[in-house]
Amino acid sequence: MSLAPTWQAARLVLQRDLTLATRRWDEAAQPLIFYVVVTTLFPLATTPDLSQLRVISGGVVWVAALLASLLALESLFRSDVEDGTMEQWVLSGQPLGWLLLAKVLAHWILTGLPLVLMAPVVGTALGLPFSAWGTLMLSLLMGTGTLSILGGIGAALTVGVRRGSVLLSLLVLPLAMPLLIFGARAVAMAMDGESPSGPLQLLAAIFFLSLSLGPLAMSAAIRISVEN
Amino acid sequence: MSLQDFFEMGGYAAYVWPCYALTAIVLCWNAWAARRSEVAEQLAARRRMDHPSEGR
Amino acid sequence: MWTWFHKFGSPPHAYRLLGKLAPWFGWTSLALILLATWWGLVKAPADYQQGDGFRILYVHAPSAWMSMFIYVVMAIAAAIGLIWRMKIAHAASAACAPVGASFTLLALVTGAIWGKPMWGTWWVWDARLTSELILLFLYLGYMALRSSFDDPQRADRAAAVLAIVGVINIPIIHYSVEWWTTLHQPASVTKMSRPTIALPMLIPLFLMIIGFQLYFGWVLCRRLRGEILRRERNASWLKEA
Repeated sequence: MSLAPTWQAARLVLQRDLTLATRRWDEAAQPLIFYVVVTTLFPLATTPDLSQLRVISGGVVWVAALLASLLALESLFRSDVEDGTMEQWVLSGQPLGWLLLAKVLAHWILTGLPLVLMAPVVGTALGLPFSAWGTLMLSLLMGTGTLSILGGIGAALTVGVRRGSVLLSLLVLPLAMPLLIFGARAVAMAMDGESPSGPLQLLAAIFFLSLSLGPLAMSAAIRISVEN
Repeated sequence: MSLQDFFEMGGYAAYVWPCYALTAIVLCWNAWAARRSEVAEQLAARRRMDHPSEGR
Repeated sequence: MWTWFHKFGSPPHAYRLLGKLAPWFGWTSLALILLATWWGLVKAPADYQQGDGFRILYVHAPSAWMSMFIYVVMAIAAAIGLIWRMKIAHAASAACAPVGASFTLLALVTGAIWGKPMWGTWWVWDARLTSELILLFLYLGYMALRSSFDDPQRADRAAAVLAIVGVINIPIIHYSVEWWTTLHQPASVTKMSRPTIALPMLIPLFLMIIGFQLYFGWVLCRRLRGEILRRERNASWLKEA
């Protein structure tokens, strides 16, 4: 089986989603704004003292990124399922996993990547030192990527459910807890001057695991949601 | 172990007995719920057989 | 072996077989659980450090074991249901959830109660309790997803995917929580202090676990029979049953 048609189809999906999103800037910007707002909540709820905030800064940025990503995930497949595009894809004979992965990639570029790029800014606001920026961004890069895939599975399962966003969060958050543990810990280690390579490698392993098995689960879930 | 010792559980009675009581409650509840769901389905099936024309 | 497997997939056979098995599971489990309770509360010697308080182990540890065992059974049944498209397997998976969640909750509550006299607080973020808590979330999510579908077939299959994704994640969650708890405190403070257990103290533990397993078998038989009846609404074999 030639790989070319799949590759072209996937690329087209990617281009289409990115183009569509540029016409709806506010939708793409909302998770980012939510992210900043949530990180603001923590100093308000605890203390303005940067030296105290610093201790939890990595964790807070990570949790805010998690929640902001989840918020954006609900709409990942919704419009395509509603207008029948997804059904066409299922019937098309193209490997569904690749097409869905292309969608997830587009979604991540629009919602996950901005969170990664914005992280040093919100981190610094919480007292995160410059020395930890690299670890923060690298851990969030892998973390948001994994989360997009896990969230894709959850979104595919809940796409037909009314007001499925809470259910989606309920399903995805427990699965995301290892990411949070390793990611936040990596940042804390970097802040303390220790090498964060241990947890970063574990994050990478989880990312590649989800990259290889995720599309399988996503296409199974989409077929279940779409077929009659 | 005397009966007194049995009830007092070496001073830990307030912790040990609630745990065992909760375990008994959980086991009984699940047993009751499982049996009840089976019986309910049996009754429903019998009803459907006796009145085949009625809708579900 | 395959003929047995496919025979079991046939609802009338399964219904009858489960009906015959149930009383065996039921009565032996009752006997074992009562025996284990007596042995654990009376016959087993008190612990050197924790006195009679350690007897909570005999309900806490088996509950925790069952909570994980049942999740795995639930996921395997789900996989069988998806791969071989057997309705019975999906029914078994559905039947597992409430029992599994109950055991998880029981493990959490007994663990918390045990913690109070041992560490002085009602809750500690130790590896075992935190893992059980996350497992509870997984069970609740599974049950929530199931109930959010009107179409029972769709519910079965979506829940099956979730169960499989969950079971793959469980080792990852366990390892990450274990790693997380060893970071800030030395292991001796956080671990559920269980010194090397002597054999006389282990026997009631094994008895209770086997008792719980048989109990689970009984519950599964009963619930599965109900599910079979529910899914075979108008089949003619029902008249014979």
